[in-house]
Amino acid sequence: MSAINVLAHESIQTPSVAWTGLLPIIILATAGVLLLTICSLFPKRVTNKFSSIYTQLAAVAALSSTFSLWDKVQNKSEGPYSTLAGAFGVDGFSIFVTMLITVCLILISPLAETFLKREKIDGPEPYVLMLLAATGGIIMAGANDFIILFLGIEVLSISSYILAAMNSRRIQSQEAGLKYFVLGAFASGFLLYGIALLYGATGSTSFSAIKNFTQDVELTNDTLLLASLALLIVGLAFKVSAVPFHFWSPDVYQGSPTPFVAFMASVVKAAGFAAILRVLYVTLGEYRADWQPAIYAIAIATLLTGSLLAIVQTDLKRMLAYSSISHAGYLLVGTQAASDQGVKAVLFYLATYAFMVIGSFTVIALNAGDCGTRTSLDSVAGLATKKPLLGIAFTIFLLGQAGIPLTSGFFAKFYVIEAAVEESSYILAVVAMITAVIGAFLYLRILVKVWLTKPEESEENENIHIPNEIKIVLGIAVVVTMFLGIWPEPLLEMVQRAIPELIAG
Amino acid sequence: MTFSSLLAASQTQTTFQTIPVLVLLPVFGAIAVALTPNARIGVHKMLATIFTGVTGAISVWLLTAFETNGEFQFISQQTWIKSLGIDWFAGIDGISLFLVVLTGLLFPFVVIAIDPKHDHKAYYIWIQLLQTGCMGVFVSLDLFMFFVFFEIVLIPMYFLIGKWGHGNAQYAATKFFLYTMFGSALMLVSIVSLAVLHAQNSDSELTFNLLEIATNPAIATNTSRLLFLGFAIAFAVKVPLFPVHTWLPDAHTEAPTAGSVILAGVMLKLGTYGFIRFGLFLFPEASHFFAPLFLTLGVIGIVYGAIVATMQRDLKRLVAYSSIAHLGFIILGTFALNTQGIQGATVQMINHGLSTGALFMLVGIIYERKHTRQISELSGIQKSAPVLAGVFTLVMLSSIGLPGLNGFVGEFLILLGTFTANRWWAVVAATGVILAALYLLWAYQRVFHGPQISEDEPTKDLTNWERLTLLPLIVAIVFLGIYPKPMLDRIEPAVDKLVSHIEETIEDGSFTEPVPTTQNRTTFSDLLKETHESHSYDKYGDSHHDNHHDHESDHENESHSGDHE
Repeated sequence: MSAINVLAHESIQTPSVAWTGLLPIIILATAGVLLLTICSLFPKRVTNKFSSIYTQLAAVAALSSTFSLWDKVQNKSEGPYSTLAGAFGVDGFSIFVTMLITVCLILISPLAETFLKREKIDGPEPYVLMLLAATGGIIMAGANDFIILFLGIEVLSISSYILAAMNSRRIQSQEAGLKYFVLGAFASGFLLYGIALLYGATGSTSFSAIKNFTQDVELTNDTLLLASLALLIVGLAFKVSAVPFHFWSPDVYQGSPTPFVAFMASVVKAAGFAAILRVLYVTLGEYRADWQPAIYAIAIATLLTGSLLAIVQTDLKRMLAYSSISHAGYLLVGTQAASDQGVKAVLFYLATYAFMVIGSFTVIALNAGDCGTRTSLDSVAGLATKKPLLGIAFTIFLLGQAGIPLTSGFFAKFYVIEAAVEESSYILAVVAMITAVIGAFLYLRILVKVWLTKPEESEENENIHIPNEIKIVLGIAVVVTMFLGIWPEPLLEMVQRAIPELIAG
Repeated sequence: MTFSSLLAASQTQTTFQTIPVLVLLPVFGAIAVALTPNARIGVHKMLATIFTGVTGAISVWLLTAFETNGEFQFISQQTWIKSLGIDWFAGIDGISLFLVVLTGLLFPFVVIAIDPKHDHKAYYIWIQLLQTGCMGVFVSLDLFMFFVFFEIVLIPMYFLIGKWGHGNAQYAATKFFLYTMFGSALMLVSIVSLAVLHAQNSDSELTFNLLEIATNPAIATNTSRLLFLGFAIAFAVKVPLFPVHTWLPDAHTEAPTAGSVILAGVMLKLGTYGFIRFGLFLFPEASHFFAPLFLTLGVIGIVYGAIVATMQRDLKRLVAYSSIAHLGFIILGTFALNTQGIQGATVQMINHGLSTGALFMLVGIIYERKHTRQISELSGIQKSAPVLAGVFTLVMLSSIGLPGLNGFVGEFLILLGTFTANRWWAVVAATGVILAALYLLWAYQRVFHGPQISEDEPTKDLTNWERLTLLPLIVAIVFLGIYPKPMLDRIEPAVDKLVSHIEETIEDGSFTEPVPTTQNRTTFSDLLKETHESHSYDKYGDSHHDNHHDHESDHENESHSGDHE
């Protein structure tokens, strides 16, 4: 009797929820589920075009919801805060990554639409999956608890597995999806095991509790914690395709539909690095002496493998897959610095790289012909003669990735190098710059084809049709790449205020 | 000392900014060309001529407005990226002045004299962007800005070689790009490290300002030596110095004539200029420490370049290897680390630009007529084309270093400077002059003398248009050979200042100045320089004793009196 009374009087304490902080997640997740519902109710009405515009609108809505959050978090009197009982944090960092992810979503949707139309794939599933994957990415960036982080990673990963296999009529796409799934599941297992061990070592899954624990308690035996650290690094390094956990990425990039490769290279990479920074830099910052050498080694391996293997490839998508691995290497150089400067460099890099990589894959997708399979290096031969503007855009994206001055890619590399040098990692900086030269060879190989080779004489060389919305996407990507290459201050100022903070639970 | 006052002055200056116009005008030219329709080839050329020509005219105006002192002038400064302490900070002194003029004049010359075979529009765009890049390198006083320009010149040159070159042009272009980028990759790490260490050690804001970093280095000796090597590798590739020179013959041979002229005339100077402006100025101690290395590489370049040039069958390749030899001289003079040497190196940069530029023009003209550059397939051109042969002779003699032509002035000063500082290197290097005479005269003999190859119709002589376009180069070659004083006068104060900066820094450490022997100083010096020689003796005499201040005031008196003369 009395027990019931107690229950009746003291209702279960639910944590207070700051809904506004969750707005981007709510918008994108709801939009995804709603699109699925609309589609089941009116299967005939929901066209490819509608889904694409719908996705873009949802992303725009999510993006605009971040503006007020950004102001609020930057406001001195309010500052970063956590919600859902400290499980989800809202700070400049998470909002920055949210903005980045939504912008990527806006840029990729038109390309997805073109692709799906060409491949005659009906149904809104790809859009739903992209919306959900973006939600997962945002959750990862804001996670303040390992359980939430894992949730975000899984939402993102599972959606990407299916996106990779989206073109179910093509065996390569299925193979890519399966490969991604099997290896990804392994990586998730490692990650989960790492989380479990960390819970065993510190007694909590909350980032702030773990941080406090590592600050307050001097462990006499930290084997468990170090083991969990190693497993966490394996799991997270897989997501960003760092060497030696990169083997999936060339195959998956080559086989997957190009728009979703752009999605993986931009959104998944950004979310992955957001998670790495949250976990290693913020939460386990006390153990930086232990994880820095590991990241140092992984960074060098990633830089060298990515750039060296890229130059022997003959397929554009594979080339860019390896180049994307080497870009992960630069991001790890910034991560390794374990300083605010390093974090800023990583964020700057992620933001600029997203535009360049989306732009590059858009050009490749446009050039890939009706079947979407013309992605060999020879297929871009004479692109600049056939389509000068497309050629120029492609050139800017490639030079940007090579890190040539007056493109945003140069400042990205510069910033990373600066962060490394400030922490006296000179060797790493030198290795990074030398691999940039090796990488430049890759981009030059493509540019030689684009500019200096005669187009192939074949019936496939019909005019490349570029839909207007894709022209806009390419235009935005070019302008951003050039603008930030000449005047990077606006983005620098943003990343300045996007340092991740430990948010009390 | 004076740098800080300069900095203060530069911030308040609001008058007409010449340098930004000089650098950015060709960009607007490129935009203008890009906006005209593809088919209007004449308009493209006209626009390119106007924009590069006005740039050239402004650079000539700088020559007259330049005040003969060792300060940086025409300073323009504008914050670029505040959070990283990066400025647009540009200005010129005596060392860069003539390189700016050379860049300003050589480009309109190339635009007027040489027409591309195809893709006119893109060609004129790239040429003008290249001019901006080169100009930017020579005026940069901010390390970051310098790096941006240093690296950006690769793109236009890459396309010029790759698209308009012949033979294995793509290979040559890619090799050129990668070699140079490798060098600058290390330089970027050095630049960033230098700026970061400077900020950390002197407890100031991050800055890339060349003058601030150079005057207040605050960097340990060993570190600065490593950083210097980072810069030096970049410059050595660009020059190119002996072990990293292999891109040059390929790039030169495959490049179109315009590309070769600009490559030899301006772009190789980016490296030698970099050594003087950044290598010596930022790292005096390290420059002195590594001087024997670079002197040796320079000498190897001179001898090796000459020997390989002798063996060449391709006329253009021969000129390319002769470039390696000439640039060896420039390096030699630079690392003599004294006034004559550096002054000679600066003069030689201009001279090499003029003579080798002209040689490449002439080789291009021969190629156009005969469709071959193989020396064995050319013979007896002189009979049907006497003017061409005459011009070639003159340019060739200037390249050999015949007294009375410009090449002599630079080489002589370099050998003089090197001899006073490092005698044996100078002795070996002097053989390079003889070898130059050997390979050039031999090539001349095979190409222009001998029987005419019968199956060909007689070689057409220079057209009036070609004579007209070559005339400015020839006038410059002769004028600078006979009367180099105006040029030397403008270069000298800046070089003096650099040398005293180097000596000041080295005197702090355990540096011992190489002892100049008295006799060889007195015998040579009167030949060329009447005005300033006494003070440079004083300097070398004094630097052993510790009366540094006397020397400083001497120096000032001297330069004042120099102004009045």
